[in-house]
Amino acid sequence: MTDTTRETDEPSVDQTPAQRRAPEQPPRTGRHRPPDQRQDPEQSSPEQSGTDQTGVDQHWKVVPAPERHPERTRRRDLRTNLAINAGRMAASLSQRLGLGSGGMIGGRLAMTLQPDLLQRLAAGRRVVMVTGTNGKTTTTQMVAEALRAQAPAVSNATGANMLDGHVAALLTRLDAPFAALEVDELHLAQVTERFEPAAILLLNLSRDQLDRVGEVRTVAASLQRALAQVPDAQVIANRDDPNIVFAAIDHPHVTWVSGGVRWRDDALNCPRCGAFIGDVDRDWRCECGLARPPADWKVTDTGVLDAEGTHHELALALPGHVNRVNATFALAAALELGGEEAPALARIRRISQAAGRYDTVRVGGRKVRLLLAKNPASWLEMLDLVSGNDEPLVLVVNSREADGYDVSWLWDVDFEMLRGRPVQVAGDRALDLAVRLRYAQVPATVASTVEVALGGTDGGVPDVIANYTAFRDVLTRSRR
Amino acid sequence: MTGNRVRIALVLPDLLGTYGDRGNAIVLAQRLRWRGIGSRLVTVLSSDDAVPEGCDLYLIGGGEDVAQVAAVRFLRRGGGLARAVEHGVPVLGICGGLQVLGTSFVTGDGQRHEGLGLVDAATEPGRGRAIGEVTTQSTLGGVGMLTGFENHLGRTTLGPGSHALGRVVRGVGNGAEEAEGAVTGHVVCTYMHGPVLARNPKLADLLLEWAIGEPLAPLADPPELKALRTERTRVHVRNRK
Ligand SMILES: [Zn+2]
Repeated sequence: MTDTTRETDEPSVDQTPAQRRAPEQPPRTGRHRPPDQRQDPEQSSPEQSGTDQTGVDQHWKVVPAPERHPERTRRRDLRTNLAINAGRMAASLSQRLGLGSGGMIGGRLAMTLQPDLLQRLAAGRRVVMVTGTNGKTTTTQMVAEALRAQAPAVSNATGANMLDGHVAALLTRLDAPFAALEVDELHLAQVTERFEPAAILLLNLSRDQLDRVGEVRTVAASLQRALAQVPDAQVIANRDDPNIVFAAIDHPHVTWVSGGVRWRDDALNCPRCGAFIGDVDRDWRCECGLARPPADWKVTDTGVLDAEGTHHELALALPGHVNRVNATFALAAALELGGEEAPALARIRRISQAAGRYDTVRVGGRKVRLLLAKNPASWLEMLDLVSGNDEPLVLVVNSREADGYDVSWLWDVDFEMLRGRPVQVAGDRALDLAVRLRYAQVPATVASTVEVALGGTDGGVPDVIANYTAFRDVLTRSRR
Repeated sequence: MTGNRVRIALVLPDLLGTYGDRGNAIVLAQRLRWRGIGSRLVTVLSSDDAVPEGCDLYLIGGGEDVAQVAAVRFLRRGGGLARAVEHGVPVLGICGGLQVLGTSFVTGDGQRHEGLGLVDAATEPGRGRAIGEVTTQSTLGGVGMLTGFENHLGRTTLGPGSHALGRVVRGVGNGAEEAEGAVTGHVVCTYMHGPVLARNPKLADLLLEWAIGEPLAPLADPPELKALRTERTRVHVRNRK
């Protein structure tokens, strides 16, 4: 198949990186270890750059220049043009009709017209894919912001994280040289079949909607297959999560982030051979050879330590340890793509909400903070976050398709840490939650709606922790 | 029961503890506590030598194929579980636990594996997963309606040595003869997650009475539990998928 989107005047490989770089484009980058190890590719000879055949000392390599602005400088085939225009038209129409942000429908239509559209839109851009069970949306936003310190970046900010959502995001701005895309755990392999991202972030894996997503091991195996298809991508992975270690360990380029794991019940046994690992907080080594790798970045109580032991303060607007971990992933990605620490971090710091998560809004005339928790691991993170304050607490649980119909997971969550603290509960499954809390000795009041629940709380700024569709509903009814 | 404390064994939560099944242990301990009876949770991990003897009640949850095969091997070791069952100690097996405690089960690769044979129930893969709310009328005296959530591929056929835990009112259950679950003596198995004992306090108390060997003081259901049971056993509750 001839790819008419490629231009004939592509830079030749003999050119130096500087010559290859078009104006308005991000600087070439390397395989960055922490920043002080970085070399400036512009000062290096082509022999030094090259690929990674030279072994472990190679900290960077020259990556081919992003191809130029697809819209202005390339002739695209008719089909691709048609798909792009139709997709954009559908998106804006759906937006005007109030059918939502319009991204999904536009992306879906465009992909129907041009099945190769994703790889065509990704060609010439440097794409960062973000996946894992929890923290995808927030981390993707952090990555997008950090990249914007260098050049425009598009992102699927609304969380449409399958292929049509990626197409929709890439359609929003054809000349953005960067993209930060959240991807559903089970769809990464479909992405890496189509193009090679510059970086892939693997945050964590834990049980999540077993009736939809399947077992954690299945997901880990799927991620492993996805990575095998893109040996040149830089993987940034959580070394404290054995399932992630299993998925990433065979990849040739991995930066390991150590953020700790609070939820351990999916990591007691070796994901490769099933042998007991036990406490994942220590340097474990399974009899099959799988072992916890050394960390390149270690998240601390206030920031992050790099491999040389230098501490970088994070000072985020977003709360909690979980967001320091997310920010570390984003920072590592930005550096990998040639960014500078200070401007990238400055942008990450300013983020105060991600698609409503952690946002302070008004619901029914009451100021509240919105927190999303959708599975045992993220509930644990959010309960940990709120256990540091004594604001009123409202918990909302639904069990619609996007949440998973089974709410048995409520019993995997350690609600006992709220013991003695009065809680208001709401949502489709308020009764299940109330029973769970009764057995945890947490005094709970069942309310018919979130607004009624808020009416039952005393002063302060209540924390509202809600699972997926419950969160979406509250967010829709809220105002800034 | 030692020193007036009921010993509840949570068996292999690292292999068989997929979805909230730990909740059954929380429910049992709390229902004892509400009656002023102490309990001790004994967690048995696959790194342990064998199932400890002398517990008053054993809980076995569900897991994946590979985990089930490993679990059978572990649970057979030392014969402690089988001896406890002989002595009438209650055992609750959920989902994969049902298959492991049964006579045989077939894994995704088509391999047939021998189970522990503590209930007379053989399991084979069905055509599709049974996922959704399940409601049954229990065959055990005084237990009444049972409610839970099922999510399994296995179809289970009962032999003459076992009877069903309930007759299916809604949902799939074992997939044959409107039966759900399997009971032999004090070994009770079910596909119901939920967890089953959280939604069905009478079944929880029956297991506790078997464990202690004497009747328990009745306990009023808290209002939210009553309301939950009404909501979940209502026939018109939509069963999605
Ligand atoms: Zn292993």
